[in-house]
Amino acid sequence: MSHSASTLSIFTGIIRHDLQLALRRKSDSLSALIFFAVVASLFPLGIGPETNRLMQIAPGMLWIAALLAAMLSLHKIFAEDFLDGSLDQVLLTKLPLSLAVLAKTIAHWISSGLLLALLSPILALQFNLPIESVGVLFLSLLLGTPLLSLIGSIGAGLTLASRGGGTLLSLIILPLVAPVLIFGAGAVEAYQAGLGFTAHFSLLGAMLAIALFLAPLATAASLRIALE
Amino acid sequence: MNNSLVMSKTLRLESITCMRGGKTLFEDLSLEIQPGTILRIAGDNGSGKSSLLRILCGLLPVYSGQVFWGNDSIHYDRDEFNSELVYLGHIPALKADLTAIENLVHLALLGGFSISTADALRALDQAGLASQANRSIRTLSQGQKQRIALARLRLPNPKALWILDEPFNALDQQANQALQSLLIQHVERGGIVAISSHQSLAIDDGPQVMRLSL
Repeated sequence: MSHSASTLSIFTGIIRHDLQLALRRKSDSLSALIFFAVVASLFPLGIGPETNRLMQIAPGMLWIAALLAAMLSLHKIFAEDFLDGSLDQVLLTKLPLSLAVLAKTIAHWISSGLLLALLSPILALQFNLPIESVGVLFLSLLLGTPLLSLIGSIGAGLTLASRGGGTLLSLIILPLVAPVLIFGAGAVEAYQAGLGFTAHFSLLGAMLAIALFLAPLATAASLRIALE
Repeated sequence: MNNSLVMSKTLRLESITCMRGGKTLFEDLSLEIQPGTILRIAGDNGSGKSSLLRILCGLLPVYSGQVFWGNDSIHYDRDEFNSELVYLGHIPALKADLTAIENLVHLALLGGFSISTADALRALDQAGLASQANRSIRTLSQGQKQRIALARLRLPNPKALWILDEPFNALDQQANQALQSLLIQHVERGGIVAISSHQSLAIDDGPQVMRLSL
């Protein structure tokens, strides 16, 4: 028998629905992962196989590769829902739009950023990074990739109705995520230099807390503009 | 079919003006739609039928004027208004990778009700779509997709206000008649329907129908 759904069950329902869709069409998530692996493997080819130099640049390089891979699927957060009319239905739930947007962003992060973070240790080992540094890299990506999805969702909303949205989205978002890259990659480098990573992680955590609160509001506003 | 009465309020438009792309589509439109009425919007392509329907459910901001649900503006208590509304746009909001049942269960949840797959199957069965229930939407024809989208109207806990954009598109004769009688049933139990359509319908001359030409 049917019963009235609580706000929380609609929220989790949207996450479950989007993950179910991502599972039905694995190619989107898989292509981001493969892109990540390929870009990470191109660097040694371009720079040369010198172990020490590779070890030095590995954290920043892996972070950049993850950043670009996360960009690939960003426009899909809302684009498909926009085209097939589902976005209207999301706007007409009794859930406030910013929460619905947050649910969609969480689902996007699980199907892209989280997977990239999980893959990163394997790629990091190729560069002969010590196991502790690999751990720090993994944790920095775990803290940083949700930020990419959250900030990216604002751009995805803004570029929804524009043609060539994908490129425009990257142009808007890449400068905005520079601080995430600086502190994410910086954490690993600081650890390798013996300085500790607490400060970097605190800053990433603070940015994540702020973005969790503000990004969904901004995205909701940008979606309303795009749908007019 | 769920025949319980629905508690609908009056839907009232107060001097609505709609501008799209610098062009005025309609101006100073005032209407009062009582429970038990089908608002039938006719007009040429581009005359603003879809825009008016989107204004009615609050998806499109108005240039001037206001829409009231009962005594309050529809934007006054969005959560409450949204939970009494079902909107079907001109594209059926279905996910191609999911089955008909999965789509209906999710759409019902977005509409504020957790339903079981059995509820969804019953609605599809009433719409004569039981054999398509577990097929992925991708494999269905345009008309079948439209009928699945319309099966939302047969879910338990009917909403008071139905806003349907060209619901008769792509429907065959039989589905067309079934939908017309469903609309009549809904207004007879006290609901409101707002539809746009460019076909002439058998219900057009009925006493419950209020016609609006844009």
